[in-house]
Amino acid sequence: MTPLLAAQIVLTLFVFVMLLNSAAVMVYFERKVAAVLQQRMGPYLVGPKGVLQPLADIVKLLFKEELRPAAADRILFVLAPMISATAAFAAFAVVPFGASTTFFGLLDEPMRLQVADVNVAVLVIFAISSMSVYGIVLAGWSSNSKYSLLGGLRSSAQMISYELSYGLALAGVILVANSMSLARIVDQQAGAFYGIPRWFVFLQPIGFLIYMTAGIAETNRAPFDFPEAEQELVAGYHTEYSSMKFSMFFLAEYINMVTVSAVATDLYLGGWHGPFLPESLGWIWFLLKVTAILFFYIWMRWTLPRYRYDQLMAFGWKVLLPASVINLIVTAAGVLYFGV
Amino acid sequence: MLFYLFATAAVVTSLLVIAQRNPIYSVLLLIASFGALSGLYVLLDAPFVAVIQIIVYAGAIMVLFLFVVMLLNPPAEAIEAHRLFGRRPMIVGSLLAVLLAIELVWALTAAGGESGAFPGASVSSVAEIGRLLFTDYAFQFEVTSILILVAMVAAVMLAGRRSTQEPREASADATIARRGE
Repeated sequence: MTPLLAAQIVLTLFVFVMLLNSAAVMVYFERKVAAVLQQRMGPYLVGPKGVLQPLADIVKLLFKEELRPAAADRILFVLAPMISATAAFAAFAVVPFGASTTFFGLLDEPMRLQVADVNVAVLVIFAISSMSVYGIVLAGWSSNSKYSLLGGLRSSAQMISYELSYGLALAGVILVANSMSLARIVDQQAGAFYGIPRWFVFLQPIGFLIYMTAGIAETNRAPFDFPEAEQELVAGYHTEYSSMKFSMFFLAEYINMVTVSAVATDLYLGGWHGPFLPESLGWIWFLLKVTAILFFYIWMRWTLPRYRYDQLMAFGWKVLLPASVINLIVTAAGVLYFGV
Repeated sequence: MLFYLFATAAVVTSLLVIAQRNPIYSVLLLIASFGALSGLYVLLDAPFVAVIQIIVYAGAIMVLFLFVVMLLNPPAEAIEAHRLFGRRPMIVGSLLAVLLAIELVWALTAAGGESGAFPGASVSSVAEIGRLLFTDYAFQFEVTSILILVAMVAAVMLAGRRSTQEPREASADATIARRGE
């Protein structure tokens, strides 16, 4: 086995484990931030400052009884959470999270901190996020419960509507960067221009807003969490799920959030580029930026009430989609005029 | 090796699509077959086509299929309705199959029996595809877009006609007005 292959395998395993961990960390982070926003204590009993709370949560989830409705479709009921979790993990494979490194001279050639450097990475992310609809839709249908079905239908309608704006916002960045490889897009954001970092968020401010809004809708987070609107639908598409299958949906939701934030960092916030730190420690910048976006996510959830469903659809089609089309046209005109 | 894996998956799932009674399973197997096809495209050095295959077919179109099937929730097809082995469909089907086989053999022999990556591997680059699409194939591209527009208009017409026949809102207003009296 060549050292490069070994490094690839180690890196892949590392990303897998870190994604699993990120979900646990996010649970703690979310509960603590929510508590601060609501002037509560949050979890504090398990471990110092409650840091072991996620472990307790996982143990509790694992020991819950596994339930399956008698009228549920047996195969699809099991398959749905697997699709959700698989899609969530797969999307991160093309996300670069640090500069090229030789791992302290262990490798002959530097290697990118990325599981797979695909030259159409942006499209791959788009494709996988469109596949993740199936997990939710099938969960809703196979449970054979009206709340689940409504949740599943809502989620598919919502994701199809917001995917358009999501894709058009990505197209703006692709135009500016003239590349579809995430690694190359990040490399173009290195350095500063009159003291302002060369991040694409300054070239594409509207695109960034559209991306973040559509990203929240894609991950089914508040204020767009219709697939599980608890006041109307009990728990939406995962009403009938329990134990490990439920936790797979839970895991998928948090990993999707991490992926959307990581992609936003790569596309708009300069990835691992930042002042003060050497290039080899760029992953610290990357982590900081992703954490900031994740904090924003949680902040939104505990600040804004849920939209009404017709408002969601009207907003998606009548505000977000025209805005993203205009953004794309203006970007294209700018690229034509100024050249790349 | 990978080719045989993807090819077998594509063939088996496509066969299962028509062998299923439950339309939901048919839709899902079709998605799986699209996935296998896109794997084949990757092997042919065309990652762009592979990803577009997933985005457009597996991601967008099949979601709508699934949506419709779930909303209508049709019962599993009854065996009586399956005239699969009736005489006339059998004859037509075999004729079509023979035609397709002849066509395939002709196409493969005409191509010279070469295998491997696409002749123009550079075509797999996104920029190249875009340039070709808007220069050499601009006419075909525009014609396709008009075709899709026609389909959209037709769908809107079909969906809209029913609502003009039953002026539901007007009658609701009338009921409210009557109650007001």
